Amino acid sequence: MTDNATQRMTYLDALGLAQREELEADPTTIMIGEDITLYAAGGAYGDIDMKRIRSAPISECGFAGMAVGAAITGMRPIVDLTIANFIYLASDPIINQAARLRYMTGGQFQVPVTFRASMWHNQANAAQHSDRPYPMFMNVPGLKIVCPATPSDAKGLLKAAIRDNDPVLVFEDNDLWGMKEEVPLSTDFVVPIGKAKTHREGSDVTIISVAGCLRHCLKAAEDLAAEGISADVVDLRTLLPLDNDAILNSLGKTGRIVIVDYAHRTCGAAAEIAAIVAEDGFDLLKKPVRRVVTPDVPIPFAQTMEKQLYPSRESIAAAARSLM
Amino acid sequence: MLQNDIGGEAYLRMLKIRHFEQAIVKLITAGEVAGACHSSIGQEAAIVGACMALNIDDYISGTHRSHGHPIGKGSDLNPLMAEILAKVTGVCKGRGGSMHLTDKSVGSIGESAIVGGGIPLATGAALSAQIRGSGQVALTFFGDGASNEGVFHESINMAAIWKLPVIFFCENNGYAAVTPALSTHGQPDIARRADGYGIPGVIVDGQDFDAVYTVTQEAVERARRGDGPTLIEAKTYRFDEHCVGLFIKGGYRTQEEMDFYMSERDPVVLYRATLLAGGMSESTLSQIEDKAVALVDQAVQFAKDSPYPEPEEAFEFVHANPIAIRR
Repeated sequence: MTDNATQRMTYLDALGLAQREELEADPTTIMIGEDITLYAAGGAYGDIDMKRIRSAPISECGFAGMAVGAAITGMRPIVDLTIANFIYLASDPIINQAARLRYMTGGQFQVPVTFRASMWHNQANAAQHSDRPYPMFMNVPGLKIVCPATPSDAKGLLKAAIRDNDPVLVFEDNDLWGMKEEVPLSTDFVVPIGKAKTHREGSDVTIISVAGCLRHCLKAAEDLAAEGISADVVDLRTLLPLDNDAILNSLGKTGRIVIVDYAHRTCGAAAEIAAIVAEDGFDLLKKPVRRVVTPDVPIPFAQTMEKQLYPSRESIAAAARSLM
Repeated sequence: MLQNDIGGEAYLRMLKIRHFEQAIVKLITAGEVAGACHSSIGQEAAIVGACMALNIDDYISGTHRSHGHPIGKGSDLNPLMAEILAKVTGVCKGRGGSMHLTDKSVGSIGESAIVGGGIPLATGAALSAQIRGSGQVALTFFGDGASNEGVFHESINMAAIWKLPVIFFCENNGYAAVTPALSTHGQPDIARRADGYGIPGVIVDGQDFDAVYTVTQEAVERARRGDGPTLIEAKTYRFDEHCVGLFIKGGYRTQEEMDFYMSERDPVVLYRATLLAGGMSESTLSQIEDKAVALVDQAVQFAKDSPYPEPEEAFEFVHANPIAIRR
């Protein structure tokens, strides 16, 4: 494939392509998860030896722990946890083993394991299928966390996660699965972990976007532009480590900042970003930091209650407007 | 005869564990050890019997009672003792301590202070060995308490359906900390649970080295043949308290019971008698005993002579591909 060839594909297909490329390139790459030979593999893996694709029983803690054991003995496992809420069942091996085995053994091991979790919020699935658990894991030293918001980033960040020699959690927005764009076809295409991306340049207000909020942030920026307010829109792409420089550089251009995240308010990603701004960017601020996040209630089933909870084009624009 | 082939080495490793643990008790009394220490005294035959049935490159995982496992697998004592004393020359460079004597050089992939945490690690190492076709097996040590964790069930089930080369080795010492196993299990024999997974379950006298070695060897051969996992339950006994220096009162076990095991069922004493009966001379046994003492003395000296890690070293080994960490 030529270096700059692209193909229009969905976010979901981009994730599948990333996985297939890495499985084909490296025979130590393996997959484990529920239903994966049917849903994820199902012919899509061509010549991959199916002993490397393990459709597991419903045993999240067990197979997440096994993936860690495989990772420290020469494999490069991809664990598909499907619905993000199920990551709680796997959180012991992720936190107590994957995140700290390298540290606790004085560097005797590396733990190249990827945990994928798909976030199904805003689709009438109620509170046990609608979580965005990344803030909890941002509090765990030893992990890395990415959350792609576009098909290209889905491919590039998942590939970077699989190739990384540390445990990486990949939080994917399920309602982006159908989103299409031109995606690089090069097997060498990766998006570096820890690097934010500026999607729109502006001078009046910074909008920091977390994960799938990006599309709403960009629409809000269009609305603001029509009113003569110029927004600088930055997609963080990685939550651990945060790209502090990108946040502060944008703030330096605008002096105003709105942080947008679908996750709950208390101790969320937005709270950490606000703290970084308060500690390192206080002198740059013309107005207080604003967060547009989900209130601290479990996600309800009825759409009449659910939809209003999340950041929207309107609420993001309103927050930015309030800082002018 | 078994003891002529490996008996001397097995006896040495059992004695190394015994003296290593006794040296730690002295160091604790002298105020030279910080944190919790869990002694394996009383469980030496179970540990060494299991380890001697493995090759150096076979994997083991273990528990918070972590000292015996790497010693049983053949570790150098110096870095182990240095780790206990929190020295930079420790096997984990002072980041693990007593509950985490993980020594990759002998195939140890993790001593977990999360009860049951080592079980899926070894099962995953077995998956890795199976996919690579390396011929290695994995053995996971866990206690009677861990057999009630959900991950015990999940891991054995996956090992059974995928015929993974793994041995689930339960050191049943009768008590999860201070709670009797009989009060937490529906029936007393953990190995009988193997029936539920369609794999062999074996109960063995954990105070009898030869018996443990023999059943583990069979399980290892079965795993290497590709026939899958075995659940072994070694009935054993912990001579010290759950945690050395914890001084838990309350009589959760009787003096009569403790006296019986220490006087009648001491695995080191029993194995010495076995070796003697098998023809090993008193002088050979004495040489092994002296060697064990000397190696432990040397390890204590090495540990005492070693420096502590520098505070700044706390920031090393967090990631393989490092990220900036704010001080």
